Amino acid sequence: MYLDHAATTPISAQALAALTHELSRSGNPSSLHGSGRRARRVVEDARESIAAAAGAHPSEVIFTSGGTEADNLAVKGLYWARRDEDPQRRRILCSPVEHHAVLDTVEWLERHEGAEAVWLPVDEFGVVSLDALRREIEADPDAVALVTVMWANNEVGTVQPVAEIVAAAKPHGIPVHSDAVQAFGQLPVSFAESGLDTMAISGHKIGGPVGIGALLVGRAVKLTPVQHGGGQERDIRSGTLDTPAIAAFAAAAEEVTGGLAEEAARLGTLREKLIAGVVGAVPEAVLRGAPDPQFEGKRLPGNAHFTFPGCEGDSLLFLLDLAGVESSTGSACTAGVPRPSHVLLAMGLGEEEARGAQRFTLGHTSTDADVDALVAALPEAYARARKAGMAGHISSIQTAGTQPW
Amino acid sequence: MKVLAAMSGGVDSAVAAARAVEAGHDVVGVHLALSRMPGTLRTGSRGCCTIEDSRDAWRACDILGIPYYVWDFSERFKEDVVDDFIAEYAAGRTPNPCMRCNERIKFAALLEKALALGFDAVCTGHYAKVIEDEHGNRELHRAADWAKDQSYVLGVLTHEQLKHSMFPLADTPSKAEVRAEAARRGLSVANKPDSHDICFISDGDTRGWLAEKIEMEPGQIVDQTGSVVGEHEGANAFTVGQRRGLKLGRPAADGKPRFVLEIRPKENKVVVGPEALLAVDQMRGIKVSWAGLPIAEVAAQAEFDCMVQVRAHGDPVPARARMEADDDGRQQLVVTLVDPMRGVAPGQTMVLYQGTRVLGQATIDSARSLSWDPAQVS
Repeated sequence: MYLDHAATTPISAQALAALTHELSRSGNPSSLHGSGRRARRVVEDARESIAAAAGAHPSEVIFTSGGTEADNLAVKGLYWARRDEDPQRRRILCSPVEHHAVLDTVEWLERHEGAEAVWLPVDEFGVVSLDALRREIEADPDAVALVTVMWANNEVGTVQPVAEIVAAAKPHGIPVHSDAVQAFGQLPVSFAESGLDTMAISGHKIGGPVGIGALLVGRAVKLTPVQHGGGQERDIRSGTLDTPAIAAFAAAAEEVTGGLAEEAARLGTLREKLIAGVVGAVPEAVLRGAPDPQFEGKRLPGNAHFTFPGCEGDSLLFLLDLAGVESSTGSACTAGVPRPSHVLLAMGLGEEEARGAQRFTLGHTSTDADVDALVAALPEAYARARKAGMAGHISSIQTAGTQPW
Repeated sequence: MKVLAAMSGGVDSAVAAARAVEAGHDVVGVHLALSRMPGTLRTGSRGCCTIEDSRDAWRACDILGIPYYVWDFSERFKEDVVDDFIAEYAAGRTPNPCMRCNERIKFAALLEKALALGFDAVCTGHYAKVIEDEHGNRELHRAADWAKDQSYVLGVLTHEQLKHSMFPLADTPSKAEVRAEAARRGLSVANKPDSHDICFISDGDTRGWLAEKIEMEPGQIVDQTGSVVGEHEGANAFTVGQRRGLKLGRPAADGKPRFVLEIRPKENKVVVGPEALLAVDQMRGIKVSWAGLPIAEVAAQAEFDCMVQVRAHGDPVPARARMEADDDGRQQLVVTLVDPMRGVAPGQTMVLYQGTRVLGQATIDSARSLSWDPAQVS
């Protein structure tokens, strides 16, 4: 039972067909001969499909190796371009609940490129404060290099007020980037309507292959390239284009945006069933992120995230895994070591509370049976994980060292 | 049985896990993250909990076809092992952090979590043997290969802990055999160097590491009669038995070299004296525990013959031991050596043996020559 679609979702039949079809053919899209032209046509067809799916102009689609590269390119590229135009632009207004692809990039720019990160506060659901954003901009608009706030959060599924964020930055000519890796394919996302300057999307979160993504870059946006070479992709992102992956990405994008409304409704209903089931099975569980029982677009339809008091997320993950249910603690790992999630901490949770996090995410292969299996396995897993959580703190094993002398 | 294999990323724990799998147990591999800063790579035989070790453990589990997880015990490790190590040195004692880790982390924190999650036992790559008698009572014994035997560092385990311990390398004739078996099983760690040193002191410089953590204060160096013979810059910089670096102005009355006999952190004094007084006749131990059920003499407070070992790779020496209550009614283990022995310092663990069997252990609180009364130094 796979409940970790936010990590990666199985490849769709159409994407797999496109991928294998193109893998069997050859040709560098940058070559000028027949096979090059053939490959170029596949790439350009795909570019148009993806542009249509994301509400962008085809020339705004810059293919990358995935979401992480797209975020790096946007944040570094915008920062460098803006700072080079005016050296006083060094502030990056950023939400503290960003994916590490943005978070760590901003911190790197702080350490190495003289940037100053301004972490905007978020509320208990993880929604970034518009008042704080406006205050920070108005305090000194000329010092702001860029604003970066994700479209929807990868851990708790909360959707950010992207339109309002853009509206606050635009009058001052400040560019805005948004990481839409989780939102694209689950929510209606239009790059043109959003007014964003750059937006990151990824293939494997929507049923495409891993290793392909795109940064949408507005035509007037100035971006300093991170990767140099043959000058592909408007000279913004050099490197030979991966025709099979691009074709498969496009097939997945077409499919997912074509049936988006129905699938979002299906997943939203399943998600509400999951939330009710989890809370019914373990009344102590606390739903994190913005509740959205009426499907008003406040939360990703496939996301459910809880904290389970008194237990550690990794114990729960282990026990559910043992019971055949695959979930996630939602937080990033270093050498596999779980740390309390920065997203939950930013939302005001204590370390102890944040340790009990568990994320269940639904996708195109999810059914009622997945939810039923989770709800059936959860009570025992929770009871055991709680016992193990206690073991982590108060020791019941008496040894020489626990004697009073 | 459901077995949790503690996987360090080294060859011993990988082969131990392989044997547990082969014995038909339901095995899950777990790597313990003990460091707050795991982002380092290993150099030679130094270091622990590195990304590389974690990856090696992971690959071993892949090859064995068992699930793999990393569990974070860095907080418990810091409190129970690292802080304890610093506190012991600050108190003038010489602790063994590996024993402390076995006692409080591997066979306490990890075992408790494992039991709570539904496991029956923790399996490690230690060279030692657990034997069960007809009543299901367990005994801890030395490994077949005495050169690799690690029963000393496990001597601190209680009967309760032994009931849930599994050491599949017990009967292996040699370490070379384990490496050959690892190679045969396709485990990439077959030729990985053994780890030495203290895992949380990455450069191996224990003194330097401690100097950053413990405040040093100048004080007096006195001789065995209590006369001041010199000054020191911090009592914790000394070890019992040390001869060099004392920087004593006046020679001893007999003209012979002087050695550190005792460190007294409370008075910030270092006691020195002639070599003869380093020979310890008697040790008194606190924090006593029995590896399995205690032998009959313990409860009877009767004296019994045994062999005592005071360091991981030291030789066992003959002794007589008995339990005795001190003035406050606290139980102490009094061990009298048949032949006096050098190189014993408070804080070290003494492990008692009868034949191959580990009886139990205690932390040495005092170790002295019966020909000298430390009360002379006030």
